[in-house]
Amino acid sequence: MTADADLIHFEDLEPGTTFSLGPMPVDKAEVIAFASQYDAQPMHLDEDAARHSLLGGLAASGWHTCAMLMRMMADAYILRMAGEGAPGVDFVKWRRPVLAGDVLSGSSRVLTRRRLRSRPEIGIVNMRHQLVNQRGEVVLESENPVMVRIRAPDGDLA
Amino acid sequence: MTDDPAFAAGNRTVLGSHHFTEDAIITFARKFDPQRFHTDPVAARDSMFGALCASGWHTAAVWMQLNIAEIGRYHAATLEAGRPVPEFGPSPGIRDLRWLKPVYAGSTITYARVVRGVRNYVSRPHWSILDSTAEAFNEANEKVISFNSAVLVKLPGWDSEA
Repeated sequence: MTADADLIHFEDLEPGTTFSLGPMPVDKAEVIAFASQYDAQPMHLDEDAARHSLLGGLAASGWHTCAMLMRMMADAYILRMAGEGAPGVDFVKWRRPVLAGDVLSGSSRVLTRRRLRSRPEIGIVNMRHQLVNQRGEVVLESENPVMVRIRAPDGDLA
Repeated sequence: MTDDPAFAAGNRTVLGSHHFTEDAIITFARKFDPQRFHTDPVAARDSMFGALCASGWHTAAVWMQLNIAEIGRYHAATLEAGRPVPEFGPSPGIRDLRWLKPVYAGSTITYARVVRGVRNYVSRPHWSILDSTAEAFNEANEKVISFNSAVLVKLPGWDSEA
């Protein structure tokens, strides 16, 4: 168990702070398994149908890509952060198809941060996330605010 | 573009309800979102949520699951009525996703879709973009999630209008 003070706190998340994500291979069986349950459309389930779709090949559901992003963020920093959850996501752009066999990697970068007047022990950190495939093509862009505890709520912080 | 009332702005469709079991919440979270309040019922008691609750991405994915099922029913009914069916394509993304309340293990969530409008998709002839708002409510009728979705759709009759 990590001591609370060792966790990533609001103070550690200066604008520009960047965490590397992945790499995570996109497994064909996983693409089909996720889609069978949550997004049962031919372009996510059937290779022949997918080739003739706008996506051009067996492609992960965008929701699956979001879930993979979540896992990469958890492994990169969320599991060792003094986090208090995220109220939402400003946007997710599915920029290019994520195809079975691709390898995803990317980054989460701190854009801005502010303390909450209503909860002095918490701050809001706005993050920008990007995933690229093995050719360096951007497949997903997203921004969202996360709530993070402040290590020293009475301390001086710009 | 289409006179099908299913695509009229303001049209609200209840997609159905989904029961979130503890097992399903843990299975999803172990794979995609292994934070303790999504994977461990005991540790979740000491978390800010107070009990095991679903990953926000799990709550969102179930909207898609019920949305796809509803579109399947719509297709079948439209074909049976002898009318042409639209073809759905990929989605460019979502906006303004809000996780408003935790979805706790054992709760039943009712999902809906509200059409905001249909606009031309300039970069691909014959395809339009259908804008909708997704939303879901718990048993106390509290909204637990909402977001704005967009999806490419090829509406029936595009070839006769060209």
